[in-house]
Amino acid sequence: MRFTLNGRAASVRAHPMKRLLDVLREECALTGTKEGCGEGECGACTVLVDREPVCACLVPFAHVRGARVTTIEGLRGKHPLQRFFVTEGGAQCGICTPGMILAASVLRQGASLEDVRAGLAGNLCRCTGYEAIYRATRKALAKPRKRAR
Amino acid sequence: MRTAVSSLDLVAPRSLRDALALLRDEPGLVPLAGCTDLYVAMNFGKLPARRFLDLASLEPLRRISARGETLVLGALATYAAILRSPLVAKRLPMLAAAARTIGGPQIQSRGTIGGNVGNASPAGDTLPVLAASDAIVVLASARDGERRVPLTEYYTGYRASVRRGDELIVAIEVPRVAGKQWFRKVGTRAAQAISKIVVAGARGRDGAARLALGSVGPTVVRARRTEAALAAGASADEARAVLESEIAPIDDDRSTASYRRRVAGNLLARFWSDTKGR
Repeated sequence: MRFTLNGRAASVRAHPMKRLLDVLREECALTGTKEGCGEGECGACTVLVDREPVCACLVPFAHVRGARVTTIEGLRGKHPLQRFFVTEGGAQCGICTPGMILAASVLRQGASLEDVRAGLAGNLCRCTGYEAIYRATRKALAKPRKRAR
Repeated sequence: MRTAVSSLDLVAPRSLRDALALLRDEPGLVPLAGCTDLYVAMNFGKLPARRFLDLASLEPLRRISARGETLVLGALATYAAILRSPLVAKRLPMLAAAARTIGGPQIQSRGTIGGNVGNASPAGDTLPVLAASDAIVVLASARDGERRVPLTEYYTGYRASVRRGDELIVAIEVPRVAGKQWFRKVGTRAAQAISKIVVAGARGRDGAARLALGSVGPTVVRARRTEAALAAGASADEARAVLESEIAPIDDDRSTASYRRRVAGNLLARFWSDTKGR
């Protein structure tokens, strides 16, 4: 089956009902996507399908046919969110981090704290480090300041 | 333990017509769309079937449109699509309010309105909205074409409905709802929680009320006697007593019968005071 994985054409053979999570980790060897609860509650396995966040533990592989899938590896360690999660202490144990960053990556620039909280409502941090996560996200999404003349 | 996918089959129809023919020939096929309920069951080894019908490619069923006064929600309309829809925002804001409380963005992007109806959970968050607004479930089959069933007559008991195995939910039709709409879900937290109790209502200028509740009985409850009492000018306490006789909450993992009974009455009072005037 063909789809686009992190910007590159991919062709993978797997059972159509295999969870996208398992296809990514096993067939594609991309282990950045974590399994948490397996019931769509924790958001640890969040990836993007056609720019929308999904829980990869609830998506049949058949449903990404022809779609664009983005995992944490697709951000190549260079995304501003990744930088600010490091500098603001947004990652503690790290299990929720890939999912948090992908869910945050679809929020608009200049998102308010309320927007960020709503956008990350589907991601649980078992270390309860939400304040640092929100801070990192808001800094990464901050609009560039206009330079004073 | 998780169900092994090697024991499962996914049948992919080419069109709605094809899907209905497949269901006619094999009524045990279980329709599958957003998978936000089915894959939870699979991950816990509790799948209801081994063979599934994949609806995901039936694009026409994703549409949200208007037909005169009627809002037509394709069965595959996701909660995210409902939240983005100007039609829903204008005509049925309480449905948008319900969609906003379902899971988080990851669930909203996949879960569908048809799935919420078809899954038949008494805690389904859109069901009180659909019951209060006299929504119609459109069922299609190869044998009969389409038939229309009011949501309030769709469920026959706990997780049971009038849908035959050869039928597919293709749309939900919602007539115009007059007056001010109101929705409230009470759960453990704002997102990612299954409701302890969920209420939707509307209040017309003439005092006519519509009220429906979830998680207070084996199916969604349209509280018609309470509506009649409110319309006749009953006090909040009187209406509350009537509502108590219309619901049958139980103790379960999420809450207790006595909590639900009390909060149902509180929400009724809140609904009536929030929608007063204008």
